[in-house]
Amino acid sequence: MADRNEPLAAIKSRRDKALAALVDGVPYIRWLGIAFDRRGDELTAVLSYDRKLIGNPALPAIHGGVTAAFLEVTAIVELAWTAIWDDMEEGRIAPDAAVPDSLPHLPKTIDFTVDYLRSGLPRDAYARAQVVRSGRRYASVRVEAWQDNRSRLFAQATGHFLMPQNG
Amino acid sequence: MPEHEDQEKRKRIARQFIEAIPHAQALGLVMDDIGPDGAAISLPWHADLVGDPRSGVIHGGVISALMDTCSGAAVMAHPTCPRSTATIDLRIDYMRAATPGQAIRAKAHCYHVTRSVAFVRAWAADDDESRPVATATGAFTIER
Repeated sequence: MADRNEPLAAIKSRRDKALAALVDGVPYIRWLGIAFDRRGDELTAVLSYDRKLIGNPALPAIHGGVTAAFLEVTAIVELAWTAIWDDMEEGRIAPDAAVPDSLPHLPKTIDFTVDYLRSGLPRDAYARAQVVRSGRRYASVRVEAWQDNRSRLFAQATGHFLMPQNG
Repeated sequence: MPEHEDQEKRKRIARQFIEAIPHAQALGLVMDDIGPDGAAISLPWHADLVGDPRSGVIHGGVISALMDTCSGAAVMAHPTCPRSTATIDLRIDYMRAATPGQAIRAKAHCYHVTRSVAFVRAWAADDDESRPVATATGAFTIER
């Protein structure tokens, strides 16, 4: 069990550093403009709107490939975050973006299926992933994405992943 | 139409298709071919698109964008001439990591088209075309 009297600043710093190690080192996450909002262990991915994300300028609508990529990034980060949580909290690992060797190995996508429920509007989008099953080798993850209303999804996805071996 | 004129027309349509899509331009996609048999699009390797900084391998999400664009192009180029299209669903199978530094080429074709839905298959590989990097199947709307 974690120390009940551990200083709040130390807890936040440990968790934020570990999350940053998973996210900041990936050029494509930065290029797309995805950030992660953390509340305890709950992550919400935020895709900031930019014109380069548009796939249909006549509507306009976000590119279907951007939507797929946003959901896949959310799934991978959530899966890696869930996988390191216990080791991070117990102090067995301390991932740090500035120390490449400390970075956790990332899960590899086996397959990913996206349902497009409505067209993506030219504004920010949000996504949350849920690890449905995580075994030693394989994991199954569900992701939901929305814009204005949490209950009106514009896309959802499910994917299977190969978990990194030996760290 | 004479063959060379037909080819010129196809090249022009291909160029306009990419130029009209801001995200395709941002990714640097190049339309290699488009016609009634489908579409072929390539994605040059770029450091911004890397998903695994340890290996330099392109992120799976980029492959999704490439597959989706290529599939949409195949729908638009179908002989029944859809006015517009949108993705209903897309499933990608990742066979292996793409080799860092190499372009990825995708090909897509509509294997069945109804009045309102196109069923599409797509395939992608790097320089080693004997081993696909990913395959995709999708359903797309057809606006007539």
